[in-house]
Amino acid sequence: MSLSTLALPLSLLTDPALKLAESETPEVAEAAAEMGELTSGTNLINELLMLAPIPDFVPGWAIPLTAIMIGVAIVMGVVSLNAMAGTWLERKVSGHIQCRYGPMRAGWHGFLQPLADGIKLMLKEDMIPIGSDRVLFVMAPALVLASVLGALAVMPLSPDFFFADAPMGLFLILALTSTTTIGVIMAGWASNSKWSVYGAMREAAQVVAYEVPLGISLLVPLIVAGTFSLTEVSEMQSGMFGIGGWLIFKNPFMFPALILFFIAVLAESKRAPFDLPESESELVSGFLTEYSGIRWSFFFMEEYAAMFLYCVVTAFFFLGGFNSPLTWLFEDGGLLPNVILWNVAAFFTIVVKGYIGLFVMMWVRWTLPRLRIDQVMTMGYKYLTPISLVCVLGAGIWEWGKAALLG
Amino acid sequence: MENSSKIFYAALAVLVLGAHGAGLASAGAEGLAFGLFASLTLGGALVCIWERSVVRSAFSLMATFIGIAGLFLLLTADFLAMAQILIYVGGILALILFGVMLTPPDMEERKLPRVLSGLVLIGGGFAWVGMQVADSAHFATRAADASLEGVNNAKRIGVGFLAADQYVVAFELAAVVLTVALVAAVYIARRRRVDLEPAAAGELTGYDASNGGDA
Repeated sequence: MSLSTLALPLSLLTDPALKLAESETPEVAEAAAEMGELTSGTNLINELLMLAPIPDFVPGWAIPLTAIMIGVAIVMGVVSLNAMAGTWLERKVSGHIQCRYGPMRAGWHGFLQPLADGIKLMLKEDMIPIGSDRVLFVMAPALVLASVLGALAVMPLSPDFFFADAPMGLFLILALTSTTTIGVIMAGWASNSKWSVYGAMREAAQVVAYEVPLGISLLVPLIVAGTFSLTEVSEMQSGMFGIGGWLIFKNPFMFPALILFFIAVLAESKRAPFDLPESESELVSGFLTEYSGIRWSFFFMEEYAAMFLYCVVTAFFFLGGFNSPLTWLFEDGGLLPNVILWNVAAFFTIVVKGYIGLFVMMWVRWTLPRLRIDQVMTMGYKYLTPISLVCVLGAGIWEWGKAALLG
Repeated sequence: MENSSKIFYAALAVLVLGAHGAGLASAGAEGLAFGLFASLTLGGALVCIWERSVVRSAFSLMATFIGIAGLFLLLTADFLAMAQILIYVGGILALILFGVMLTPPDMEERKLPRVLSGLVLIGGGFAWVGMQVADSAHFATRAADASLEGVNNAKRIGVGFLAADQYVVAFELAAVVLTVALVAAVYIARRRRVDLEPAAAGELTGYDASNGGDA
């Protein structure tokens, strides 16, 4: 049932128990019961709650609602923990690349620095400039964070632990992360500062240019895998030692597609060398110029969450998803079949893969200088888009030929 | 905030609450979802017409697009909903905003008989939402339609496009039309830039404007 699996709030709103209580005709009640069977049993949190002894006075809709709340809390936790880990890692990586240490004083090798930063940001004065458009200024950080939270809802943390297993998973991630652009433009415009508006306009131009190669290069793994769902695509990549089945080995056009996708992801998540919207040295942080305190940190939470999400998508659609030698050991036909250990191993696999991607992004950021806006546009329109089209064509012909020759 | 704006937003809030209440009363949770998305769609459109600032109008379109995507979701057309967000919010709205930011400030103020048109629109919208919400009482039975159960929309659309006797020709023709429009737009933009070069200066310095100024 696509309706119930797609969006968390929708699955609550279409909760059959509510309608069961209200409907008078038996057909409606029957249909609602059928929907209930389809909604439950897809979400581990929901299932675990169902196992608990539930007193009679608890209404039927309370259980899916609680499951949704727990899911949202976990996603929020993932976003903020990821932002903390991301900022710490960024400072350490940049420090070591530039032959210095980075933060060293707070905790072991500055490990508690993100906590100190968080306290500082929360206590900082929350400024709204006088000439700004107050409504849009306040709405922009919320919008930016909301879109990435929505996209994270379809990211499975392990094969059996997810919030919404959407058949349209990848498409939903692409759609919702593309709405962060609107938030950034809103922030830039509402600030009423020339630096911010320049940043916003660069963001608009850049995202429109790079959305095309991003989507087209993702068509290559989609042609090979034939599914949008993140859990399904991970399942089909299990193979020898947990590495042999990776999609990147299944088609010669996967590797160029991976490079193209990664470049487009760098541009989409505003990372150097494509960090023109917030370039510190020329635009004084661009669309972030007028923001301070917790609102400012929302933008950074979004940035690190989007980076992590894109890296996880890369891992799912190019580099094997949950499959690694560790999960190969614990999976069904492996040496030590164990469902719980398999799920834990899968969780660690995907986190490690995501953070390797994050590390590469940081490495690129602190190695390459920023591009000029015309170079960014040239690269997007004149090189990445045609190359990705060629990749899609080649991958399609390869798959068609394989099917024709091997039956 | 000026007085007419206060009246407008108060009326809008009443309209939104009314749509939610009517939806909840007539079709339960499903109707509530419909009320939410319908009021997002209509409310965004009304704010878009009402606001003086062109940029605020453009931003309010986002609510409209997301509301429409939500209505598609309620009709179990999840692929269409996601495509709506991806194309309209991520692409077209970004382009609209890009264009709006380039408008000179004196074009920001628009003069309309605002209170009158606003009231007419709110009344019309209210009536329309009421009618639609009453209609949505059939949602519960429609959403549980057995023929739609477990259908993979992406696969269905893909098969529909690729089967030779279906929409593949129309799809390709639309693509060709769009490409022609794109090439034409680039051609017009390029010619304008060459026209801007002073011809006299070209004659004096031997500058050849006919090759796009590349020489």
